[in-house]
Amino acid sequence: MSPGHYLVLSALLFTIGGVGVLVRRNAIVVFMCVELMLNATNLAFVSFARMHGNLDGQLIAFFVMVVAAAEVVVGLAIIMTIFRTRRSSSVDDANLLKY
Amino acid sequence: MTGQEIVFTLLGVVAVGSAVMVVTTRQLVHAALWLVVSFGALAGGYLVLTAEFVAWVQVLIYVGAVVVLLLFGIMLTRAPIGPVPRSGEDDPLDSGNRWAALAVAVATAAVLITVLVMGFRDSRIRLEAGGGGAEPLGGSLFRTWVLPFEVLSVLLLAALVGAIVLSRTDIGAEDDEPGTDIPARTGGPAPDGGARVGGAKTGAGTDTGGRTGSGGSKGGGAKVDHSAEIAGAETDVKGGDGKAGAAEGSRGGADGARGREEGGG
Repeated sequence: MSPGHYLVLSALLFTIGGVGVLVRRNAIVVFMCVELMLNATNLAFVSFARMHGNLDGQLIAFFVMVVAAAEVVVGLAIIMTIFRTRRSSSVDDANLLKY
Repeated sequence: MTGQEIVFTLLGVVAVGSAVMVVTTRQLVHAALWLVVSFGALAGGYLVLTAEFVAWVQVLIYVGAVVVLLLFGIMLTRAPIGPVPRSGEDDPLDSGNRWAALAVAVATAAVLITVLVMGFRDSRIRLEAGGGGAEPLGGSLFRTWVLPFEVLSVLLLAALVGAIVLSRTDIGAEDDEPGTDIPARTGGPAPDGGARVGGAKTGAGTDTGGRTGSGGSKGGGAKVDHSAEIAGAETDVKGGDGKAGAAEGSRGGADGARGREEGGG
């Protein structure tokens, strides 16, 4: 089959994740949408690996997964710290670096 | 249309539909559960691509660990969950830039789909079984990708240490200075929040004054020590408000420094 199907699915998922990052206000939902975007790139990597017939794309997908897990851990710790001081997990309230 | 394409189309429809539900639903816990459906459909897509190990690791890490972490985060942060607010209210879930998001989405989707479809029109994926199991992946990982693997282990260690440092309140508490007196937009600060933060600030101020005072006493005589102690006590008494406590603490520290200068001279 053509890799175009997989790549179109990957592009659609990436776009939906991007819309979620732009539209949603809760920091945890923004995290979920970032995870969606990372998964879309993973799908593209795996389909490229299959297209070229080697395993490097799949290994890069693993690396992306590990980095995503580390990102979620540190990001949730940051969100919890912000929530502890600001009583809110909205990304619009976390504007301390603006001034 | 082959069987693989049918299965892939079904999985793709499920993945895109549940991803849309993640973005649009108003219940945050439901968003996390739709995310599970989307990741599961993607794992099925990996299986169709004969990448079995990636599929099972996807199920283990994303469905098993990341979504559970996100659910913990939702339940610990008391997220705003509820129906659509009436017109005029500030929606706690939806930021105002819908049209900008729509424009960015259309542009991104158009560019990506055009480039990918045009670029890979002639290539083919031959789907035969095997090749994506744990054994060839492990061989490739530990032969050609050893260095990134080790770097990733260091990254995981750094994430572990960083999460512990961020979530513990008794380390690094001296230098979080500003921002606690700005009220949050949604809900407003809880009544115990301000008091507790003020107490912590006062404690830090007293600590500063006392420490500088002890330095002064080391350098100088008994009079200097006494004044520093008075400054510290003043901090302790007046520390009802967070900012007042911090100001008193810094003044106490200044007193102690002056005492040390006098003692040296």
